[in-house]
Amino acid sequence: MPKDAPQLGCAQAPILKERGQHEVFCGLTSIVWLHRKMQDAFFLVVGSRTCAHLLQSAAGVMIFAEPRFATAILEETDLAGMADVHEELDRNVSQLLSRRPDIKRLFLVGSCPSEVIKLDLATVAEKLSEKYFPNVNVINFSGSGIETTFTQGEDACLEAVIRSLPSSEKTQLAVLGALPDIVQDQMMRLLEQLGLKNVFVLPQVKFDDDVSIGKNTQFICVQPFLGASYEEMVRRGAKPISANFPFGAEGTTKWLWAISERFGISKAKFDTVVAAPKLRAEQAVAAVADGLRGKSVFFFPDSQLEIPLARFLSAECGMELTEVGSPFIHKSLVHADLEDLPAPTQISEGQDVDKQLDRVFDYNPDLTVCGLGLANPLESKGLSTKWAIELVFSPIHFYEQAADLASLFARPLKRAELLKVGP
Amino acid sequence: MKLSVWTYEGPPHVGAIRVATGMEKVHLVLHAPQGDTYADLLFTMIERRNHRPPVTYTTFQARDLGSDTATLFKSACEDAYNRFKPDLMLVGASCTAELIQDDPGGLAEALGLPIPVVALELPSYQRKENFGADETFFQIVKKLAVPQPRTKNISCNLIGPTALGFRHRDDVEEIEKVLQNLGIEVNVVAPMGSNPGDIRNLGAAHFNVLMYPETGESACRFLEKNLDQPYTKTVPIGVGALSQFVSEIEEVTGLTDLQNKVGSRLPWYSASVDSTYLTGKRVFIFGDGSHVIAAAKIAADEIGFEVAGLGCFNREMARPVRAAAKSLALEALITDDYLEVEAKISELAPELILGTQMERHIGKRLGIPCAVISAPVHVQDFPARYSPQMGPEGANVIFDTWVHPLVMGLEEHLLTMFREDFEFSDANGPSHHAAHQPKTIEKETIVEEASSQTGSSHVIWMSDAEKELRKIPFFVRGKAKRNTERYAVDKGVLEISIDTLYEAKAHYAR
Repeated sequence: MPKDAPQLGCAQAPILKERGQHEVFCGLTSIVWLHRKMQDAFFLVVGSRTCAHLLQSAAGVMIFAEPRFATAILEETDLAGMADVHEELDRNVSQLLSRRPDIKRLFLVGSCPSEVIKLDLATVAEKLSEKYFPNVNVINFSGSGIETTFTQGEDACLEAVIRSLPSSEKTQLAVLGALPDIVQDQMMRLLEQLGLKNVFVLPQVKFDDDVSIGKNTQFICVQPFLGASYEEMVRRGAKPISANFPFGAEGTTKWLWAISERFGISKAKFDTVVAAPKLRAEQAVAAVADGLRGKSVFFFPDSQLEIPLARFLSAECGMELTEVGSPFIHKSLVHADLEDLPAPTQISEGQDVDKQLDRVFDYNPDLTVCGLGLANPLESKGLSTKWAIELVFSPIHFYEQAADLASLFARPLKRAELLKVGP
Repeated sequence: MKLSVWTYEGPPHVGAIRVATGMEKVHLVLHAPQGDTYADLLFTMIERRNHRPPVTYTTFQARDLGSDTATLFKSACEDAYNRFKPDLMLVGASCTAELIQDDPGGLAEALGLPIPVVALELPSYQRKENFGADETFFQIVKKLAVPQPRTKNISCNLIGPTALGFRHRDDVEEIEKVLQNLGIEVNVVAPMGSNPGDIRNLGAAHFNVLMYPETGESACRFLEKNLDQPYTKTVPIGVGALSQFVSEIEEVTGLTDLQNKVGSRLPWYSASVDSTYLTGKRVFIFGDGSHVIAAAKIAADEIGFEVAGLGCFNREMARPVRAAAKSLALEALITDDYLEVEAKISELAPELILGTQMERHIGKRLGIPCAVISAPVHVQDFPARYSPQMGPEGANVIFDTWVHPLVMGLEEHLLTMFREDFEFSDANGPSHHAAHQPKTIEKETIVEEASSQTGSSHVIWMSDAEKELRKIPFFVRGKAKRNTERYAVDKGVLEISIDTLYEAKAHYAR
């Protein structure tokens, strides 16, 4: 960090809480990556045509393989009587499982309409679990827009998974959060080199009934949006490890060190393991950060990754923060990253999109991170934008992706410079 | 409850958003939870619009339920009016808000806004996107359109184009050109490009051109009944349909000798000898009713394909699509179940699919080329170039688009003659494609699997016959296999030999 760095610490700073139109996805959208991550799982949304259309619009255009998700679309007749709905769901599930005998985990996913008509998916899941025991494990969670935003769908899913896990006294480390396969492998290698044994990751790629949790389980999150899962782990007696999130050279180092400290790994050992990849990441980021240094950035709320990413851009790439918006802030998870944000940075939680658009034009930032619904309209008004969703769909964690992460932000700025024609 | 993997249409409120987004000085306040704003990206990303759709989503949450969602709606409505100052306000509910029954219409009325407010009934659990668009535009017309003195010169309105419509932008431009050639003025294009003032002025036109029955038919019927405006029934996609469209205009306007004022290159391109290889190629057609009916006519009468099957996803068009199928001695597939469509295509093993984005997925999986003829749309269905479906240029575009995915005539022959050439294999796909990939042989096996599902299980292929079958290029192999098996079953032959194969070939020769 440069010597003339601004004063840090936004953990106590006032947060602008807004309540108005939210321009964000609902939690169902998490299924788009969860169904690829969990290879023996199927996600059955119990919802409306809107839910099906959302999943297809958010994901369909990217997925040509047969998706491991579907929607049981509620119709007029289902809304009339509740008993019917349970039978109908039973019929849909048996139709589905006969088509996909490879499925070991079935998630019944609640939606806005199923929550409003108070469809008891927990009971349905329990009955179905009994019916299909031991071949299929049926779990329910809600990805509804009245309760969850975008990545909170993964949180709700993991929370439900954790609740279903058996207890044990095993001494172990649990890492929470879905990562791209290659990144997860890198992480596991680093943890292994540090000498850690008994490490497991949730969500699991394949169902493994060996996984358990209890008071000797230490856990850490790789994603900042896992508030409910965090609390469920604590309730089950597991001990949280708090750190910055593993973005960039610095974030990754702090994340790994927090684990090392908890497991009594020496500083010397730690340094031998991380020295080379850390240096590699720093040098790679430095090459990209030239295009970012001194430029200002504004975050619209999207995935809850905003606060850790703002820290990376500010501390490791030299960007200036204007407003950092997040749909929801779990202080217990992002405390360390908030502490590392320069004061004063405007932190906002929730959204009133029209007012926030007024503010972005006032700031006139060099780069605006926002959702797909806002990006082109802002580009047409002369703002350079970065689609937030790409941050969720790209490998960005840990040392080897540090420069890729910086590049995601540098590319729109570089592109704006390259183009000699304007709209 | 209906299990659905992919859907052909969104919910009805998306149809309402398509109408509102196409128009100017209109704002829609939609009672909806967070997440329904995903609809915005359809317009800003897929269609690359540079404006947000003029929609306010009330964004109610679980904690608001049962307490003050109605107040939330009212304040969202008031804020939207003050911020955007529209000339017309639309109010409605998405699927979840429909369940909490807040009555957006009544609430908006109670606000006493100084502009007309149209309350939309969008039954999410019964109807779909096209209905939503048709109903929304109909309600706007019903609210605003009043009788007007007719324009001095003969004029018409173009009815039906919306935001996010398949080639609507270019179809409008093309039909405007056609009408100009015919000496007919365009009074209003709506909903896309119009404002509430234009809707009031619809009555000044002498007749209406119904471009898209899916989104404009209710409005046209209303205008016919109440403003005495006749409307054209033929969608001018294809040479024959364009001619029929012009005849309808002659009838409505009393003008004569208009036919020679429209002409397309399609007839000559179809007649030219290089097109001979298109003869009898088996196509499967699926999409929205209007585009399917037009495509079937073009395929059969203007390009010389054999229509192997057809259908539509919108039940509203079931009747005319069934009639179109019957005229080709086929039975129409009316379904919005993607898996059913996939099974049908797999069973028929056509050489070309004319479909939607969904059928592109199916074609990709089955190794069958596909050209897109209808919504639902993808970002690539909004090309930068001028690319209409209607009118003379539309026919040209269709000829090019449909022929492009196919292996061309002489190449097809060479592939048949030199099948053993290791660098020149039919599995590579047409060599004029950028994605020409001289590696994969996946396609072959898939097509065979697909066709063998229909084959009779008790007929056995002798190994020499099977080898011979493999020498037939993949794009006709499925058909050869099916025909041979059918022939064998008809003749009571249990083992297919090389002779059976060639006897069948002779039997089905065309």
